[in-house]
Amino acid sequence: MNEVAVLGAGMHPWGKWGRSFIGYGTAAAGAALADAGIDWPDVRSVVGAGTLRCGYPGHVAGAAFAQALGWQGARVTSVYAACASGAQAIDTARAQILAGIAEVVLVVGADSAPKGFFAPAGGDRPDDPDWLRFRLLGATNPAYFALYARRRMALHGDTTDDFARVKVKNAAAGALNPYARYRTAVSAGQVAASPVVADPLRLLDVCATSDGGAALVLSSMEYARRHGAGDPVRIRAVSTVTPVYPASGPGLPDIATDSAVAVDPPAPGFRESIARAAYEEAALGPEDLSLAEVYDLSTAMELQWYEDLGLCRPGEGAGLLRAGATALGGRIPVNTSGGLASFGEAVPAQAIAQVCELTWQLRGTAGARQVPGARAGMTANQGLFGHGSAVVAVR
Amino acid sequence: MVAGWFTDTEDEEGFRLLGTRCGACSAVFFPREDSLCRNPACAGDALTEVPLSKRGRVWSYTDGRYRPPAPYVSDPEAPWEPYTLLAVELEAERMVVLGQAAPGVTVADLSVGVEVEVVPGILSEDTGTSWTTWHWRPVEEER
Ligand SMILES: [Zn+2]
Repeated sequence: MNEVAVLGAGMHPWGKWGRSFIGYGTAAAGAALADAGIDWPDVRSVVGAGTLRCGYPGHVAGAAFAQALGWQGARVTSVYAACASGAQAIDTARAQILAGIAEVVLVVGADSAPKGFFAPAGGDRPDDPDWLRFRLLGATNPAYFALYARRRMALHGDTTDDFARVKVKNAAAGALNPYARYRTAVSAGQVAASPVVADPLRLLDVCATSDGGAALVLSSMEYARRHGAGDPVRIRAVSTVTPVYPASGPGLPDIATDSAVAVDPPAPGFRESIARAAYEEAALGPEDLSLAEVYDLSTAMELQWYEDLGLCRPGEGAGLLRAGATALGGRIPVNTSGGLASFGEAVPAQAIAQVCELTWQLRGTAGARQVPGARAGMTANQGLFGHGSAVVAVR
Repeated sequence: MVAGWFTDTEDEEGFRLLGTRCGACSAVFFPREDSLCRNPACAGDALTEVPLSKRGRVWSYTDGRYRPPAPYVSDPEAPWEPYTLLAVELEAERMVVLGQAAPGVTVADLSVGVEVEVVPGILSEDTGTSWTTWHWRPVEEER
């Protein structure tokens, strides 16, 4: 199998700290290196996950982290893929290791996010679909999440109480995670009392913007053995797929879907294909998972992921949740870290943070939120403009 | 700003969204695609303008209770009035097109599957200029 070892995982606590993203990234990198027992000069490649705001990234992520940690001549790569930046950074690091280009790679992502809605760059830029959806429709990210939430209510009978249950579940897990921004339990009543942002979603149904950082030290299996890590957590699959034409369902930031007039929509659909590609590469299936970390950008979206990951049949996400299967102690706990509900969005860091959580769970060091005997975990995310990623890690 | 996305008429009856259609595979594109057919199995590059269906059915809907950031234009001095956002399924084109609802239409007036039609609306106004856009409006019951 084309496996790579996770030698180290580290984070900077998430929140609104008001500092530069470099500080969060180097703190997370330092924690991951210490966890791996590797000295920074031994790292032969750095992959930085970047964010792009106001049309200019400000810094080239990989080089910015490498400079802050102290130039030592390593190979460098920077990856921008919006919400999937972290997953594509992991994919890049893994490819370098499997190709024999580098034995030990540091993957870092960090952000200090602005308050409020994410917004596009200024100026008149009608050739940018992201600019257009704001200019013409005022369609924020939560507006898209809400269209999907309302559609689930109409198609599957999900209720706003179901959505609130996701938040209650994830907040309970996040309360046990020292890296989470929000570390208090939330009641269904508190969700219901929070203001509506985009009907039917309320403030506590959508994730906040945050600061934070996450890092991983990945290596070849051979290096891990030489380094004395005989049985490390291993990354067994990384899928980074695009949709197949015609993509159906309105996706960020598009104003319309593809027309299915010339070609029938593919089966499975795009989001399902993200998980399928990873399952296929990892040679395992949903029944083998001990836990999953998915992008709960909204509570309703988490229910969709249950179905896309094959944890239940289409339309049965809310039933799986109501049965307690996805809570800590359930059959297949989802977002044991607390998810984005507890962390908020630090875009380039979040897909890396998901793999940090898998690492700790698979090592059995996740403390009060530990899934007993965890053997395999999957992460899933989706980025802007039609692409998504999933990572499978095993022990 | 969105030249060629809809017909240039004030007349509600004749108002249509404009897309393009590939001459080779008949795929439809909105917003208009003028250079290259995006069907990966098609090598077509001759796309012609085509009006989209006037009516469709609500795929989903929501509203915006908080003022969106720029480049959305709104008067920061005026109290925020939520707008309603629709995703509308066009049967003939087999696609979903987003758009704001006509003023006065709230989420309480809508449900998934109800029929709506496209009408001209005002996106924003500044000194001397009024920017037109498209709105979706529930079709009055014909009796
Ligand atoms: Zn074509």
